[in-house]
Amino acid sequence: MTRENSLVSAQWVEEHLDDPKVVLIEVDEDTTAYDKGHIKGAIKLDWTTDLQDQVRRDFVNKDQFSALLSERGVANDDTVVLYGGNNNWFAAYAFWYFKLYGHQDVKLLDGGRKKWELDSRELTDEAVTREATTYTAQEQDHSIRAFRDEVVEAIGTQNLVDVRSPDEFAGRLLAPAHLPQEQAQRAGHIPTAANVPWSKAANDDGTFRSDEELKEIYTEAGVDWSKDTIAYCRIGERSSHTWFVLKELLGQENVKNYDGSWTEYGSLVGVPVVTGDEPGEA
Amino acid sequence: MCGATEGGLSLAGVDVAKEAVIQGQVTRGGEPVHGAYVRLLDRTGEFTAEVPTSATGHFRFFAGDGEWTLRTLAPKAEPVDKKVHAAVGNVAEVTIPIG
Repeated sequence: MTRENSLVSAQWVEEHLDDPKVVLIEVDEDTTAYDKGHIKGAIKLDWTTDLQDQVRRDFVNKDQFSALLSERGVANDDTVVLYGGNNNWFAAYAFWYFKLYGHQDVKLLDGGRKKWELDSRELTDEAVTREATTYTAQEQDHSIRAFRDEVVEAIGTQNLVDVRSPDEFAGRLLAPAHLPQEQAQRAGHIPTAANVPWSKAANDDGTFRSDEELKEIYTEAGVDWSKDTIAYCRIGERSSHTWFVLKELLGQENVKNYDGSWTEYGSLVGVPVVTGDEPGEA
Repeated sequence: MCGATEGGLSLAGVDVAKEAVIQGQVTRGGEPVHGAYVRLLDRTGEFTAEVPTSATGHFRFFAGDGEWTLRTLAPKAEPVDKKVHAAVGNVAEVTIPIG
């Protein structure tokens, strides 16, 4: 179990606000949230402009990520603590992304921005600048990133965990309900996928449930702990949250996040799709 | 401002005919509450979406036909649950007073 290595409490963050080797980074779906107020000393990463290639549908490459973190003042030996809104969806996505590029010491603030706000802890709009560094990213670790072909091959052989809401899984909705529903891709899910909404792993205040509760939730949903696992959602951010639970909190080996997720899979020509509440056959 | 409800959140840019909109405002003592969290739960109580309220206390969801529950969390307040019916082509306006 690696909960103590990967997760920190709001209290821990308050005690390390002035620690120069701890870099707080806010990553939100609403990229303007940071500007209205953030934890003291925190910098911001924009998941759309900073972390994604602006032409191809892919992440920024190793050199671009190195340049980004150098410019923002993050060093290879810094402890990076990520937090954000939406129950840490995008912070978990950034956590997975930092792991993908080999950052050693990265943690998630349990409960993220919501827990911080519900605790009435302080937020500030003070500008934050850090001295530039020379950051060197590693090659992408593809042992934690799934691509479409291996997802198709995993049908019937690996655990596929669809972490979207039951209505998205069944095909009754195409996106989380805070977003407009008109989308180009087909509705439904990948055959054999177990539907374990990401939210089952979190309390209402956004903090993670206990390891015992988490283990039970995924076991009951039919996850076979002896098999490799691929998690997916709509665009790969909620499944990063579940990837974090399975890999970082429960210490499961061989867990991948499929960042293409339903926006890619649901647009592929010729792949099998199941609608309705049942997982379906391989 | 086609379809906008008086006093409610503007629906400019929303294709109301294709969406089952649930929207409204969180208030405390008649004043809007900024930074509350409104969770949309489906008919089985499962989480479907969550948004923080805006500076004017407003929130909006794009749901589907059927019964939904809005659960509102705010600092120094007990969670408040409120049931709402949504339908494609309609805008369900909800005011949520919290303690």
